[in-house]
Amino acid sequence: MGALTRIASLVVLVAAWQVAALEAGSRLLPAPMAVLHFIIQEAERGDLAHNVGVTLLRVAISFAVAMVLGILLGVALGRSKAADATLDTPLLVLLNTPALVITVLAYVWVGLTETAAILAVVLNKLPNVAVIVREGARNLDPGLDEMARAYRFDRRTWVLDVLVPQLQPYVVTAARSGLSLAWKIVLVVELLGRPDGVGFAINYYFVQSTDVAAIIGYSLVFMTVMIGIDVLLLQRLEAHVRRWR
Amino acid sequence: MSAAGAEPVLQIAIAAKRYRSKGAEPVEAVRDLSFGVGAGEIVCLIGPSGAGKTTTLRILLGLDTDFEGRVSGADHAGMVFQEPRLLPWRSVEHNVRLGLPRARRGRDLDGLFAQLGLTPWRGSYPKALSLGMQRRVALARALADAPRVLVLDEPFVSLDDTAAAELRGLVVDTVDAAGMSVLMVTHNVTEAIGIADRLLLVSKRPATLIADVTLDRPRGQRDRAWAEATRATLAAQHPGIIAE
Repeated sequence: MGALTRIASLVVLVAAWQVAALEAGSRLLPAPMAVLHFIIQEAERGDLAHNVGVTLLRVAISFAVAMVLGILLGVALGRSKAADATLDTPLLVLLNTPALVITVLAYVWVGLTETAAILAVVLNKLPNVAVIVREGARNLDPGLDEMARAYRFDRRTWVLDVLVPQLQPYVVTAARSGLSLAWKIVLVVELLGRPDGVGFAINYYFVQSTDVAAIIGYSLVFMTVMIGIDVLLLQRLEAHVRRWR
Repeated sequence: MSAAGAEPVLQIAIAAKRYRSKGAEPVEAVRDLSFGVGAGEIVCLIGPSGAGKTTTLRILLGLDTDFEGRVSGADHAGMVFQEPRLLPWRSVEHNVRLGLPRARRGRDLDGLFAQLGLTPWRGSYPKALSLGMQRRVALARALADAPRVLVLDEPFVSLDDTAAAELRGLVVDTVDAAGMSVLMVTHNVTEAIGIADRLLLVSKRPATLIADVTLDRPRGQRDRAWAEATRATLAAQHPGIIAE
């Protein structure tokens, strides 16, 4: 029933788009078929795979770095009052700095390089992960900690059996919200200072020819890839970490 | 089973334990509480709720080191907390094995699981079990490393009479068979009279020892009438601690 409803809503959406495009009769609102045509053309040229691949790689690297650093930072903040008092304000500042500002400053200070691009995405995403994981580290069950001390758990047992399972739901939440955030920021970063990638391509077709079919085509392909990763990977991971409930 | 005269396995001598909080006078939880537990003895610590009994256990286990005095003998004690404190994301089997140091976690525990009636539940998650069964798992975890001393904090509270009686029987049989020493906190006097070799009555806050009562009738011969008579005698002697 759920799958059927989803498919039906997708069909209605595409139909509405088709009707709107016919009504408008403008290059600025191309029909679904025109977008599909562009996607096929771009794929045949090889540009689509290259740009999507490059963007995916940037998302993967910055996502991984931000997750690892964010988890470590979040645990430290949640477990140590001193660390929290010291780093809470810088974190709040970073959390409220627009992605665009961080990106521009990274390019200005580090140069128009791949490192600057990754750094910009990591700095944008890191505070989110840290704040979510900090919440998890603050909510650790003190009774289980006491039990672990009474039974003299070694460090490895405490981390793997007590700490990680309690943080898992928070980490998965951070990963899911973080992934969608990361790819949106990667596109901005590419638009501002990279010679390839989906963000670059969208900017190219916008500036060159206001080719809306190209802009929608690239967005659709990349969104499909990211939703696929969320459904096939992250949602399954979430179900797995919640299996004992 | 009393081991009068023998060297105590557990020794507790707390001169004072205070809880400090910012801007408030420290609250004294325990004062001059000293006793020992002999080999193979079951000793019950009885007192009003909030008297500092759990605090005493936490000090004994090294979970609270901010006190004046000395405790010894609980280095390898098995502990059963009032709430089972199992890891809900680990199977019954895994939870029990966590009672062992990592190097010995693979050892054969078939006998222990069978003895506690847990064999069919080894692969289950704790959530699937009743509170009584979860307490059994917690007991199995405490017994996994064959400790000399078992420390129990209200292990039978909030169980129905049948489940409590079953678990009590399991505890007594196990510790008697292994010659373990037991220190158990409870507020249920009748329950304590049923299983203890000695009762230690402690006062309201700050907890201090009021009476050390030896029950010398063998556990097998304690019937209801005897238990009620014993309770009545104690209640008459210590009206503030034991209700009529």
